[in-house]
Amino acid sequence: MTINLKTPLTREKAENLKAGDIVSLTGTIYTSRDAAHKRMIEEYEKTGKFPFDMKDAIIYYAGPSPAKPGQVIGSAGPTTSGRMDTYAPFMIEKGETGMIGKGARNENVIKAMKEHKAVYFGATGGAGALIASHIKECELIAYEDLGAEAVYKLYVEDFPLVVIIDSEGNNLYETEKLKYSK
Amino acid sequence: MREISVNEIIETVKRLCIEANCILNDDVYNALECSKCKETSPVGKEILCQLTKNADIAKSENMPICQDTGMAIIFVEMGQEVHISDGSLTDAINEGVRRGYTEGYLRKSVVSDPFIRVNTKDNTPAVIHYDIVQGDKIKITVAPKGFGSENMSRVYMLKPSDGIEGAKKAILETVKEAGPNPCPPMVVGVGCGGNFEMSAYLAKKALLRKIGSHSDKPHIREMEEELLEKMNNLGIGPQGLGGNTTVLGVNIETYPTHIAGMPIAINISCHVTRHAEATI
Repeated sequence: MTINLKTPLTREKAENLKAGDIVSLTGTIYTSRDAAHKRMIEEYEKTGKFPFDMKDAIIYYAGPSPAKPGQVIGSAGPTTSGRMDTYAPFMIEKGETGMIGKGARNENVIKAMKEHKAVYFGATGGAGALIASHIKECELIAYEDLGAEAVYKLYVEDFPLVVIIDSEGNNLYETEKLKYSK
Repeated sequence: MREISVNEIIETVKRLCIEANCILNDDVYNALECSKCKETSPVGKEILCQLTKNADIAKSENMPICQDTGMAIIFVEMGQEVHISDGSLTDAINEGVRRGYTEGYLRKSVVSDPFIRVNTKDNTPAVIHYDIVQGDKIKITVAPKGFGSENMSRVYMLKPSDGIEGAKKAILETVKEAGPNPCPPMVVGVGCGGNFEMSAYLAKKALLRKIGSHSDKPHIREMEEELLEKMNNLGIGPQGLGGNTTVLGVNIETYPTHIAGMPIAINISCHVTRHAEATI
């Protein structure tokens, strides 16, 4: 069964999501990769502000390809989340409740997720053209000089996701592999 | 000598960059189609359906299959009877990449220095491998490579006493460690022998071989088949969400090596294993 989820992702909503849940997400999310995370944290330490409200926010680890004329966005699949592991606990502590990406997370991230009730969603890596069809609005909001790594505010409709790690630390990558290994 | 102008090289490279990034080759597409029937995990099956649907959209909309349109890896087989006129061949290849990535709305993913990370804004320079061959033609292959999978690749300097079993263990371990990160189902390119850099070059080159093709050497073919089965028994599955479609193909290339060594390089690629080629 698919869970229809709307942003903002409050802690209550996040706590109800369990590893393995299939989610269809509608609402506002923000893109950010390693370079933007690094800069956001540096800026926060100087100014006390992020380029967007981090409370109950979902960050999508993605660097889209450029939009052609008439397109909202180019291909826009997830990037490997592990590169953001250094920065994610800070964001979670400051209010981020959801992360969308692909691939494994480290113990520090999972610890922060359990402590602050955040969720890690997987989007289908390499399905950038398909995911783009679920992105209805795209606005550049920070760090234009980073090119593909800039921060974009996206409005998504029925973005197909899977809960990989829930707020209790259950990890689909660990549990499912065992079921199918011979 | 046959004259080939750099202008023709530029146009060809530009076209190949766009084509490789937007049209998934038939062998990969068919391998994904076939795995839908064999996949036992319902989530895995759903993911595989998303992947072929994605490839269909990319082809019809002429947009990138994956947003990571990679670093442009170019293999050039240059006939020794060809003379390049009107400029430098390397500059022409890079100009082709520049135009392909800009005019084709492909992502620019190259930074000018590994430590001072400033985007070059046109995806240059490319990584170019030249090979001088007989004849009066040039064959150019453009193989864009994303780094989600590239980052999971490894080189092992094994000892001769590790033998073929040691090599298989290292290859299998690399895939196991890669897990969900390189966007499985993966394609695994392996280079055995040569020296440090030759093994890595062969591993990359092995990815150009069609999925389902095999080495002419019986012991290597056997190794490819055995490893494919073992990798698909790891349980990783499509996107690492569990299942028996972890790897679409294992391609192994070999080269003579030194009496004291057995280098093994494993270049992991994703389900968007791309390449397009042209002969001028």
